[in-house]
Amino acid sequence: MRAVLTVIGKDNYGIIAKVSTFLAERNVNILDISQTVLDEYFAMLMLVDISGSSVPLSELATECTSLGKGIGMSIHVQHEEIFNAMHSV
Amino acid sequence: MFNTNEILETINMVEREHLDIRTVTMGISLLPCIGGTAEKTASNVYDSICRKAEKIVAVTAELSNEYGIPIVNKRVSVTPASLICAPFPEKSRLIGKALDDAAKTVGVDFIGGYSALVHKGMTDYERKFIESIPEVLATTDRLCSSVNVGSSKSGINMDAVRLLGETVRKTAAATKERGGFGCAKLVVFCNAVEDNPFMAGAFHGVGEGGTVINVGVSGPGVVQHAIESIPSADLSELAEMIKRTAFKITRAGQLIAREAAKRLNAEFGIVDLSLAPTPARGDSVAAILEEMGLESVGTHGTTACLAMLNDAVKKGGVMASSRVGGLSGAFIPVSEDIGMIEAAERGSLCIDKLEAMTAVCSVGLDMIAVPGDTPASTISAIIADEAAIGMINNKTTAVRIIPAYGKNVGDEVNFGGLLGRAPVMPVHGESAAKFIARGGLIPAPIHSNKN
Repeated sequence: MRAVLTVIGKDNYGIIAKVSTFLAERNVNILDISQTVLDEYFAMLMLVDISGSSVPLSELATECTSLGKGIGMSIHVQHEEIFNAMHSV
Repeated sequence: MFNTNEILETINMVEREHLDIRTVTMGISLLPCIGGTAEKTASNVYDSICRKAEKIVAVTAELSNEYGIPIVNKRVSVTPASLICAPFPEKSRLIGKALDDAAKTVGVDFIGGYSALVHKGMTDYERKFIESIPEVLATTDRLCSSVNVGSSKSGINMDAVRLLGETVRKTAAATKERGGFGCAKLVVFCNAVEDNPFMAGAFHGVGEGGTVINVGVSGPGVVQHAIESIPSADLSELAEMIKRTAFKITRAGQLIAREAAKRLNAEFGIVDLSLAPTPARGDSVAAILEEMGLESVGTHGTTACLAMLNDAVKKGGVMASSRVGGLSGAFIPVSEDIGMIEAAERGSLCIDKLEAMTAVCSVGLDMIAVPGDTPASTISAIIADEAAIGMINNKTTAVRIIPAYGKNVGDEVNFGGLLGRAPVMPVHGESAAKFIARGGLIPAPIHSNKN
């Protein structure tokens, strides 16, 4: 099962490091990653495989929200199907 | 990999534009619950709902987290209760209490279906059932009631219309300490739909399956934002943009509906894409109409803007879901939409204009407060007007009107939460009492004879 993780907020040091460590600790595998910095805003998108995740997706989503609050970013992880459903016919 | 813009667009819709799944509603058939006595039936009803809807709150919370879309309300709709109360109508309130208790046990916000369908004729047991509505709504918290008084196929049952005018007034009086809150839970329909997931008018039709999940999606803020992004577009471009936006929103609803049905061991019923406003700023249907180019909702041009909006929303929704149902369109409740509230306070939105608007949108006169001394016959006449619009135009119309006890034009009723606040709006002072007293049936229109 795959999910999309997004990190949005003001650019800062070590964002990718913190997020990828967090994911590694939960056995979540990063399949693809892209990032852009628009003005001073940072937007990172990751496609992750959560098949081996040690926590269920809904819990992972809650943990991501708290991680985001801790580092001053908005972090979401969502089932990939929501984007497929909304943006492709 | 995904398109970055598409992903950010979805997140923006949720974070800034109030995109949400407005309701996941489980429809439950109560017909197997009928027992030998009212007490036995009430206990069966309670058990059946608690068993079937046990997991609805947990499952919707899980889905909301997994897909990153808020699910605002969890609800249950049931078979019109007048049918299961038929053998013991004088004890209908026992069933009402069982429904309310079950809603509290499973943790849903509202339960709909304290309803009767009397569009052609009204039996004695149905009359008694309808007479129980004021007391039942005053003594329960989460129970909603609706009555269908007309249809395009059968005409308008004016005896029922007369009774409902009185019922609305009695409900207001029975709940006067709470601003007539009971009336916010009572809808009078023409052409009621059997799979509507939205309250207060939801009930589970007898033609439906045993346990069904219907989902209502909303997103006035998303549509408003989409229109803002093309300020100089002409109206065909605008319609196209609304259609595309409605498509995306409905797809999100369809996904949640299918998944919720699977996890709750129910059939997937329908997705209802209705732009349902909340009193929050940025979540308003009035604001969409004003964004189209009106200085204030209620002014000349409002009906045309709303007609286009409603139609474009339906077209986008139909394309997006394998099963579109319910009401699907734009809702125009006054108290639940900050733009409507402000327009009513300014005096630019009146009941007559709202009535015209209901001819082209998906519902009717909704959440409107009128002076507390409005006669029952005037309320019946308002219901009859709405029902006539629905009957002739082959569409659903409804009246959810609140006589504000002891209040007059210029005052306001505040319900709080999603129900918002309603400025008391003026009604015509001239009487319709003689017309309402006639009773009988307004015959079905000629174009209903299609067989």
